[in-house]
Amino acid sequence: MTKEFVVKKLVFNKLAKIMSDIKYKVIVGLEIHVQLCTKTKMFCGCALSFAQQPNSRVCPVCLGMPGSLPVMNKQAVEFSILAAMALNLEIARFTKWDRKNYYYPDLPKNYQISQYDLPISNKGYIEIPLESGQTKKIRITRAHLEEDAGKNTHTSGDYSQVDLNRAGTPLLEIVTEPDMNSAEEVRALAIELQRIVRYLGVSEADMQKGHMRFEPNINLAITKDGIEYRTPIVEVKNLNSFRTIERSIIYETQRQLDEFIETGKTLKMGNKSTRGWDDDKQMTVLQREKEEAHDYRYFPDPDLVPVVWTDEDLERIRKNLVELPIEKRKRFIDNFGLSSYDAGVLTDEKSLSDFFDEAVSAGGDPKRVCNLITQTGLKIANEKGCKVNELGFDAKALAQLAKMVEEGTIGASSANIVLAEMAATGQTPDAIAQAKNLIQKNDTAEIEAAVEAVFAENEQAVDDAKNNPKKAQKALGFLMGQAMRKTKGQGNPKLISQILNQKLGI
Amino acid sequence: MSNEILNLNLIEIAHLISTGEITSLQATQITLDAIEKHNPNINAYLSVFNEQAIEQAKKVDAKIASKQTIGPLAGVPIAVKDNMCTAFGTTTCASKILENFHSPYNATVIEKLLAADAVIVGKTNLDEFAMGSSTENSGFAQTKNPWDTQRVPGGSSGGSAAAVAARMCYAALGSDTGGSIRQPASFCGIVGLKPTYGRVSRYGLVAYGSSLDQIGPMTRTVGDAALMMNVIAGHDERDSTSVNADLAPVADYKADLCGQIKNLKIGIVTKFNEGATPDVCGAIKDAIAVYKSMGAEIIEIDMPHFDYSIATYYIVATAEASSNLARYDGVHYGYRNKDADELVAMYSKSRAEGFGQEVKRRIMLGTYVLSSGYYDAYYLKALKVRNLIRSDYTNAFEKCDCIMMPVAPSTAFKFGEKTADPLQMYLSDIYTIAANLAGVPGISIPCGYDSQNLPIGLQIFTPAFTEHKMLKIAAMYEKNTNFPKLPEMK
Amino acid sequence: MNNKIDENTVRKVAKLSRLALADNEIHEFTAQLSAVLEYIEKLKELNTDAVEPLAHCLPVKNVFRPDEVRDSLGTDKALANAPQRDENHFIVPKILDEVSA
Repeated sequence: MTKEFVVKKLVFNKLAKIMSDIKYKVIVGLEIHVQLCTKTKMFCGCALSFAQQPNSRVCPVCLGMPGSLPVMNKQAVEFSILAAMALNLEIARFTKWDRKNYYYPDLPKNYQISQYDLPISNKGYIEIPLESGQTKKIRITRAHLEEDAGKNTHTSGDYSQVDLNRAGTPLLEIVTEPDMNSAEEVRALAIELQRIVRYLGVSEADMQKGHMRFEPNINLAITKDGIEYRTPIVEVKNLNSFRTIERSIIYETQRQLDEFIETGKTLKMGNKSTRGWDDDKQMTVLQREKEEAHDYRYFPDPDLVPVVWTDEDLERIRKNLVELPIEKRKRFIDNFGLSSYDAGVLTDEKSLSDFFDEAVSAGGDPKRVCNLITQTGLKIANEKGCKVNELGFDAKALAQLAKMVEEGTIGASSANIVLAEMAATGQTPDAIAQAKNLIQKNDTAEIEAAVEAVFAENEQAVDDAKNNPKKAQKALGFLMGQAMRKTKGQGNPKLISQILNQKLGI
Repeated sequence: MSNEILNLNLIEIAHLISTGEITSLQATQITLDAIEKHNPNINAYLSVFNEQAIEQAKKVDAKIASKQTIGPLAGVPIAVKDNMCTAFGTTTCASKILENFHSPYNATVIEKLLAADAVIVGKTNLDEFAMGSSTENSGFAQTKNPWDTQRVPGGSSGGSAAAVAARMCYAALGSDTGGSIRQPASFCGIVGLKPTYGRVSRYGLVAYGSSLDQIGPMTRTVGDAALMMNVIAGHDERDSTSVNADLAPVADYKADLCGQIKNLKIGIVTKFNEGATPDVCGAIKDAIAVYKSMGAEIIEIDMPHFDYSIATYYIVATAEASSNLARYDGVHYGYRNKDADELVAMYSKSRAEGFGQEVKRRIMLGTYVLSSGYYDAYYLKALKVRNLIRSDYTNAFEKCDCIMMPVAPSTAFKFGEKTADPLQMYLSDIYTIAANLAGVPGISIPCGYDSQNLPIGLQIFTPAFTEHKMLKIAAMYEKNTNFPKLPEMK
Repeated sequence: MNNKIDENTVRKVAKLSRLALADNEIHEFTAQLSAVLEYIEKLKELNTDAVEPLAHCLPVKNVFRPDEVRDSLGTDKALANAPQRDENHFIVPKILDEVSA
């Protein structure tokens, strides 16, 4: 925390005491850019790139060379429609391209091909899970498609370097309504959106690689002496992780509250400002803006033609929609009785949730399958750096293992050993359990004989178990252990316990 | 001998070369000699590809000698306007800002010319970025009208028009955003055709007004224009605004020229024809009389919004231009002011020093009409009027097969006559601009000479994607008259 | 709306257009653009309330390209026309104004 911030906080605390009736609520809307994972750029055939040699993945079109013309990437348009469908947006039957004019070296044409008044979609919502187990619907204003800019690197000298490899990469811009009221909600939305686009396969959504960029618009609704005030809106840029998004909102909440108390400044036309997140200082810093920065002189791009959708087109695209993470999570809780936490873990990635679903349809008990995955599967996958479905066994084998536990063929702890071995060797759970002598004895007669032998050898304990309430629990545990030992550890503990109780008459 | 060869038209020379009666090398060498002789005076060319042209001519000759299949322009020297990108030489748009620019690729039309085995001899002068009506706005040279070197060749494709008229090539490509093919063709006494928007690929044509720009042929005869159209027309997957064959198949324009259209209905707007100088008026009347004598019916039509086309054009074209020309900023290519130590200053100085006055003026106008608070009053309004202008054509074509009018209100004017007052220069585009706004094709053919022996052009419009019909109507006139004649070259 | 453009506006437009114009150019353009804008006022004579704007003359829609990789130019060709470059980058003078996009 910076010195300045500490001082401000002190000032605030003092003032807060004086004005003890002050109440506030943070209001956040998001502008989100999602990079689509097409093979090629939005308007030319250059391959998308990350960390390639600078200016190697460029052509006359994305370099903005004189005479070059853009042609729409069909996949990018369809990906964006699919994402819009998943976000419950209304798909526009007629959509067109506009030019957004501004000068910057990473924008080779000095205009960005984007969408202004007729975006691909309008009015939708995203349902986000909250820690309470509840969900909240956040309204989405619109989603539109546009091309990304390149990258400027500000060197230490008097010059900046320009790399245009990223220029022309397809971006889906999603704008939400200011419906979020805490850092937690914003984080939940960010994570949920990441899950959705990954489920759909339309983006890799890697924050570190800049596949997803979040720009929150933050202000406060402050109630003081019964009157509500709104602080000026601040747009925060340069957020490259879920953590920084959360922190920036917490920071801005405090800063705006302090500023309001000190200056009383409220929201007016034109007093929106832009602040950049400084990760070293953990604070937002005001960015200077040009006076004409917002005169983008949008107009229809004459080089491109409109997109007009028919019912058939949209139905064809809709076929690629999948069950969304939040729906899956609800189904796992409602149909399978999983805990909210477990359902969250299983639905974090589509491949995992699909693997789970498959194992359950192959006859695995949902809770047992869940336990096998969450207790051991994920740990091994994590160590190997792969996904659970890539561990070397299929969902049917996992279902079989779950069934073996369910039927008492092996114990729950043995099951984890078997699972590890399945990942290592790819053998069936049955074969592994046999080879490792992990099959439990379920022969009642054999277990009865063992229990009787144990009783004969431990009369005191039997007596304690029957007649000494103080020692009964301990004695029972002892007898259980002895019986297990008699069956060389292979006796089904459930069955042993049942027979023990029966013979002791308790 | 060499003059006889130079005076041949495109179809004739192509035929002689293809049959081996003369070689491409001969034709090319004679053309290069003519360029060497006349270009220092006429300034039609900004660059000439001597060695490359000779090499290409030899290649084509070898093809012919070994009886390989050859393209329709095999071995013929052709010129292209210097706003079409070539992967060889420079592509300057007659602008200092692109003085040393080497395009990494060929425009689609260049690929098509090369696929037709043409010999590209050089790139011709123009008004900077095709903005102008006299070629006086070139950043490099003043092209002179071969009919009278005191006068402008028209513009913006003035270099191409002068080169064709002065026999420094057999055909040339021009581009037409508001009349830039038709008006210089008229001023230089040649044929100039602006195709329907979407008929010829714009890929590689340096954009001025993207929704208006079209590349088209400039030739000495109607037949030559048809042959050029056969080569350059067609769909291009690299240009989203080029129309594919399902929507509008490309005709064999040359083959379609034969025969006459019976009961041709010609639409005219009498007051337009009277708005030009008396010489021009007379020539247009005479030309229409020729059609009448062939049995055509003349129908008076109404084009109530035609008069608004200049105002509409100077909003739409400059708005698009302001955005199209934003890329010339000294970062990725082109001229840069090296003294500026800060980005915005570098941009502003590079552009101010690299662009000429007319380009700056149009960028300013275009920026203004798009800027916040003015969009609806200017740009949106212009797009609506544009729709009305298009409906003028649509309605007229319900009554007639074609529309005829002058190309320009006057014949070629003298240097400097209109440069002081940009608006007066703009107003001289009155007859040509509406076709670009409506997207319909138009052709200018020589139809007479004024009292000073300066050529006059007749303009013919037909509905969108009916260039075959337009060429046929033009050819009917050509066959029944003695035109065109060509300027004497000393 | 006032149909004339004043020098102040012309200066603003020049800034927006990234054109460093000299005072005499500002003066000249103010007069010339005023004349053109006054001429353009002509359009106001037409009632266009019921008219659709026409941005495209073409009856064309849905022009797509398949998502197939084509050759890029590569760094050398990409930078061949650059007024100033280092090994792999275009180089520009320092950017004073960080906010633009």
